[in-house]
Amino acid sequence: MTVSQASATIRPRKTRSLRRRIQISSDRLLAILVVTPSIIAIAIFVYGFIGWSLRVSMSQWTGLIPDYTFVGLQQYLDLLDDRRFGIDVRNTAIFTILFLAISLSIGLFLAILLDQRLRAESLFRSIFLFPMAVSFIVTGVAWRWLMSSATGSRISGLNLLFQDLGLDFLINRWHLTDPPWGIAFIVIPAVWQMSGFTMALYLGGLRSISEDLREAAQVDGASELEIYRYIILPLLRPVTLSAIIVLGHISLKIFDLIVAISQNNIALDVPGVYMWRTTFDGNNYGKGAAIGIFMLVTVAVLIIPYMISSMRSEPDV
Amino acid sequence: MKAPTYPRQLRRSLMYLMLLAMAIFFLLPVYVLVITGLKSFGEVDLQRMWDLPATINFENFWAAYQALAPHLANSLRLVIPSSLISSLLGSINGYIFSKWKFKGSDWIFTLILFGMFIPYQSILIPLVQFMEQLGLRGSITGLILVHVIYGIPITTLIFRNYYAGVPGEVLEAGRIDGAGLIGLYRHIVFPLSLPGFVVVLIWQFTQAYNDFLFAVVLTNISSWPVTVALNNMAGSQIVQWNVQMAGALVAALPTLLLYIFLGRYFLRGLMAGALKG
Repeated sequence: MTVSQASATIRPRKTRSLRRRIQISSDRLLAILVVTPSIIAIAIFVYGFIGWSLRVSMSQWTGLIPDYTFVGLQQYLDLLDDRRFGIDVRNTAIFTILFLAISLSIGLFLAILLDQRLRAESLFRSIFLFPMAVSFIVTGVAWRWLMSSATGSRISGLNLLFQDLGLDFLINRWHLTDPPWGIAFIVIPAVWQMSGFTMALYLGGLRSISEDLREAAQVDGASELEIYRYIILPLLRPVTLSAIIVLGHISLKIFDLIVAISQNNIALDVPGVYMWRTTFDGNNYGKGAAIGIFMLVTVAVLIIPYMISSMRSEPDV
Repeated sequence: MKAPTYPRQLRRSLMYLMLLAMAIFFLLPVYVLVITGLKSFGEVDLQRMWDLPATINFENFWAAYQALAPHLANSLRLVIPSSLISSLLGSINGYIFSKWKFKGSDWIFTLILFGMFIPYQSILIPLVQFMEQLGLRGSITGLILVHVIYGIPITTLIFRNYYAGVPGEVLEAGRIDGAGLIGLYRHIVFPLSLPGFVVVLIWQFTQAYNDFLFAVVLTNISSWPVTVALNNMAGSQIVQWNVQMAGALVAALPTLLLYIFLGRYFLRGLMAGALKG
């Protein structure tokens, strides 16, 4: 309204506002046109391909030639009896629980330490965050040699370091520990890579809690521990939720790190690796698709409620 | 009962000690990669892995670099165009989804966003078939296309959040001057976008450079990017562990340098991944 009134002084009101209205409505159309290619691309490459995968997962396709003969849920039922898939699910569960618990604890711990206004804070922050910049493949290659399980005169990696430091009780077989606990050791490089991220999230959360709140609690005679327990930690809950969503979906999809460290060791298998091997090495397309859809469902259960709630709570801009 | 209060000095020292211990944990792999890389072939020995090199020698790095150079080049040929196209696309999408909302645009945006969380194994078979039919399997061009498309959700999200911070009055002023959708973008929004572009460029650069899954199924030996080449090097019995370690460092260098010089922006991209950015 104010716009057309302002322009009225320059030009006759009617024509101007009419032209404006035409321009705005054609711009509205243009807006939709501009994003259409992206919408189509996502519609095909995400939703269309998921549908196509779903169709493949209900086929008996094995071998290089596509075979869409419908077999219903047979591939999924076969997975239930598949020993390797059972190992995969168990490994993912162990990996995800430990990875989340340790990354969140270390991240929170580091964030609280860095929030104490110590010197060299930014240097420490950079050190804790840099592993995020490198690929899981690089991390895997480096840690594979650190977690060497060789013994006796061939001892090396961290075990050698422990021996030299007289910490022999720490010497272990790392990821070659008997199943199911081998996978637990792959959590170490994953935590090495990702706990800086949780630290950064928590540090952001801590910095947004007002100083007045802490001071008020201090005046009321709360000890530092109580301030953390009753004021700060509850306020950090949304940060924890975000961290769980991000780390959780990475963990359910974990793939490259396992490939780089385990080098085809079935005891350390996860769904992501099994899907890749069985599809592209074994040509079991139907089974591969079923594993892919299984992974999608596990991630969707985690992500969709979060996405819906965060969309609803978003203020209109 | 009040908790016992330690002298301030002691508490501080204790905190530094804990930070130092954690820093050692984070730097340990780097230490091994660097000192191993700097040893001569003769000095390399798994049982003396933690010892400092007697002399500085670049044999390992040179050997690793020679093995990885063509693949590093592939990575750069992949990553530079894909991050440029991605950020341009993300900027335009973000502008529309934050400043030109239309009926249902928020729902469409949410549906687009879901694409950033999916495990790519769930679309991998159709993707490979599709690229095969287009004749793009095995080529860098195909991989660029894939990174641009699957980058749409995150790049749109980052720019949408970024543009949400551009006040409506600024655009309104432009409208009074008669600028439309394109004019507003060109003269007002785009010139304000530099920080957004830096964040998205770095993010997409890192994502595409570090990707392994798409690369391993969509490229062949001549178009392998460095992640696939490094993984193959690490799995081979012929390449010595010391060269593998030097290779890991060589492969990590581009994104590490990016992090060292532009870490602040890198962090912002990470935060956007947590949705509420």
